Amino acid sequence: MHTLARRLDFLFRSTRGLTLVAIAVVSIITALFGMLSGPMAEWGVRDFVVRALGMKLVQAEREGRIIMIYHTIANTVIAIEVYFITQLVRMKRHEQTIINGTVTAGYLTAAIFGLLFAYWGHHFVFHGLFLLGESLMFFAGILLAVALWPWKKEYRLPANSPYARTKRGVDLERVAFFTMAVATLVSAAFGAVTGSYWGNGHETFLAEDLIRIPHKTDLQRAIIGHLHIMLTLIAIAITLIVGRWKDFKGLLHRIAMPLMISGTIVITTGALSVVWLEWAHTIIYFGSVFVMLAALMYVIYAWDMLIKEGTQGVKKPTLAQKLKALLRDPLRFGPGWQMVFMNFTVSGVGIFMAVNLGEIFRVWPHREERIILTGHWHILSGLIATIILMYYAHLSGLQGKARQWFGWLLIVLSDLAFGAVTVFSMKRLFVSEANQQNLVNWTMLLADFGLAAVLLILALFLLWRLYDLFREQGIWKHEYQEEKRQIAEQELHEQEQRAKELKAILKEAAK
Amino acid sequence: MKNTFLIFIAFLSFALGGCATAPAIGAVTPPFIDPGIDPESWALIPAGTFPYGQHDHLTSVDYDYEMMVTDVTNAQFARFLNAALAEGVLRIATIEVEMGGNVTTVDGVSVDYPGDEFRGHKHEEEIKAGEKLVMPLEEDGLRLRWNGTTFEPIDEYSNHPATMVTWFGAKAYCEFYGWRLPSEVEWEKAARGTELVDGRGLPFPWGTEIKGNNANYYSSFDLFEKLFGKLGNTTPVGFYNGKTYDGYQTLDSPSPYGLYDMAGNVWQWTGDVYPDQHYRYMRGGSFYSYEVDLRVWKRNSAHPSYYSPQVGFRCARPLQ
Repeated sequence: MHTLARRLDFLFRSTRGLTLVAIAVVSIITALFGMLSGPMAEWGVRDFVVRALGMKLVQAEREGRIIMIYHTIANTVIAIEVYFITQLVRMKRHEQTIINGTVTAGYLTAAIFGLLFAYWGHHFVFHGLFLLGESLMFFAGILLAVALWPWKKEYRLPANSPYARTKRGVDLERVAFFTMAVATLVSAAFGAVTGSYWGNGHETFLAEDLIRIPHKTDLQRAIIGHLHIMLTLIAIAITLIVGRWKDFKGLLHRIAMPLMISGTIVITTGALSVVWLEWAHTIIYFGSVFVMLAALMYVIYAWDMLIKEGTQGVKKPTLAQKLKALLRDPLRFGPGWQMVFMNFTVSGVGIFMAVNLGEIFRVWPHREERIILTGHWHILSGLIATIILMYYAHLSGLQGKARQWFGWLLIVLSDLAFGAVTVFSMKRLFVSEANQQNLVNWTMLLADFGLAAVLLILALFLLWRLYDLFREQGIWKHEYQEEKRQIAEQELHEQEQRAKELKAILKEAAK
Repeated sequence: MKNTFLIFIAFLSFALGGCATAPAIGAVTPPFIDPGIDPESWALIPAGTFPYGQHDHLTSVDYDYEMMVTDVTNAQFARFLNAALAEGVLRIATIEVEMGGNVTTVDGVSVDYPGDEFRGHKHEEEIKAGEKLVMPLEEDGLRLRWNGTTFEPIDEYSNHPATMVTWFGAKAYCEFYGWRLPSEVEWEKAARGTELVDGRGLPFPWGTEIKGNNANYYSSFDLFEKLFGKLGNTTPVGFYNGKTYDGYQTLDSPSPYGLYDMAGNVWQWTGDVYPDQHYRYMRGGSFYSYEVDLRVWKRNSAHPSYYSPQVGFRCARPLQ
């Protein structure tokens, strides 16, 4: 019993354990529901799964099911980011505990009952509990924003700090985290308010299906703004997280943080103002430039650090030595690389599309435009997922050849898939419909292969962690003890601080 | 480590290289198959209310009308081109085609069009009055041959849907015979009928579920995918009528009013011209489409000068 309790304590009370559970949840959802489409559907696996699990897949409800699964996966990814933030950004232990607990209860409730509602029958109890889960997520967000409040005295930075700060010492990175959290809450509320009108004239839709409708309703625009900004904020959050992981500081940090803060505010305002403003996109582009520049600062810093560390002792390193130093650790090189790669597959494509919308993309049939749109944001989501996996693999203490293989395969195979999807989605630029068979076959094959291989690697990683949980002296125990030690030290420190404060109050009262 | 990685890459290249080649759509000629459905036949669509769109909005069509049982075939379209050219309705010309602000010249068949009302809405493109492209003369994927005086269908494709036809061409065909392109509402009523199953309209012309041998769509494993790979090719009109072809068993999949190919095979132009946009809408999905796009309410849209190996049409007319 004690053995089980310790493992449950690890899985549900430590950052690494909670992250492991959440990654496992996303993997199970991806593996299970991935069998309902793509090659699995073509091979008849879908029909078997649907029969075996007793799913009820009504054709007219497909869009609703997709929206539910997007929410389920996004919630879980947000929960993972919250775990990382509560570990990386200074806050009180009780704040960390209550935020992690609430967000965990939220995403699990929303996932279980949301998926039951979508795939196993529209029972109102399932939908009600899905909404309860979403509400818990929102409440956890409020708690996070409160914990991140950057103007508390104890979080101020000294004048000689290498981190970005205001003249009064306010930690600008903390402000960036706080801004992101508040923007996420506002954007979630935007979606929730619109969603609450569901059934009263607001009908389920996928944004890519409405793209060419000249007159969209305010509710449709609100949903379109909501989904775009939520993914953007998830991307901003992971950029801030990896910055903290790599101890981003110095001049570039001082330039990046104001850019990130203002970019987050502008881009959120732009995305939500799409309901009222015809020119909302201009605001979004403006904010995007700030955010992307901030990310660029991080990449320069992180890669420069890798090169400096890898060429220590070499007086004048050659280009080859610098390159070797940069590439020696895929898990530390990868997040920056994926951000750079994103420029080719997501931002570059997006800007190219925006600039040539009338001349090229709106000349193609809607289905082609839809493929670009969905490919575009699936790739962004996929890149964020790979960065999360890299950070988690690093936290798990993956070392040696396993670290090299895991890291490089993750980078190469995911980029192979995302590159193939990009070429597939832009295929009309290179090939006519009558001659596209080979290009379609190749790109689909590479995309399916890349994604399947990434999922296989992830499955192997998770199986290893599962096996490890059964070992008495497994990695989990080391992580568990390490985190317990850190927590104990933090709590001790907090209690000492509190004891000092209380003594001061008593002293003051005795006067 | 380095060797293992190289072996892995070599294996990968070998494994992937062996299974991705497929012939271009014009490189292989399929066998001629006669499904036995008459492309000259019409079906009666009675007046009445039906569930329209994904959310089943009850919509009324207050007149009887008829629609072609199948898509217009290559043989029918060749006959039309020859007759309309002889009457001077169509011309062989070098046509300036303007799409998205780009002007290209195409040798093809042209027709006059009166133009659309233009209000300059965001992203709206003006469709001006003038000579419009019906079909190009030389393009990969064409199923008609132009010998300098007349058009002839490629024999094996003569009963396949006429493709590579612009919206202007589809409209010209229907109007030449005194008919019209169906509106989206007319098209959907003809495709799904009035039946409700568990309170919902039919998602597919034949019922609530789709199987590979109901319709021609992406990776549906039909006969033509053996020849052309997963993307496949058009099938003869009325192919999915319950017959067996060379060991391939189809399911009889007409709409409630007896129309064939209302899901899959080729997207079908519809006739509506909507304000504030220049797009023309298509319905039904095609052999390039995933099955979700074969649901009767799904729409595709394109510039009216767009033509494609996966887009065809059929006509509607008042009750005869």
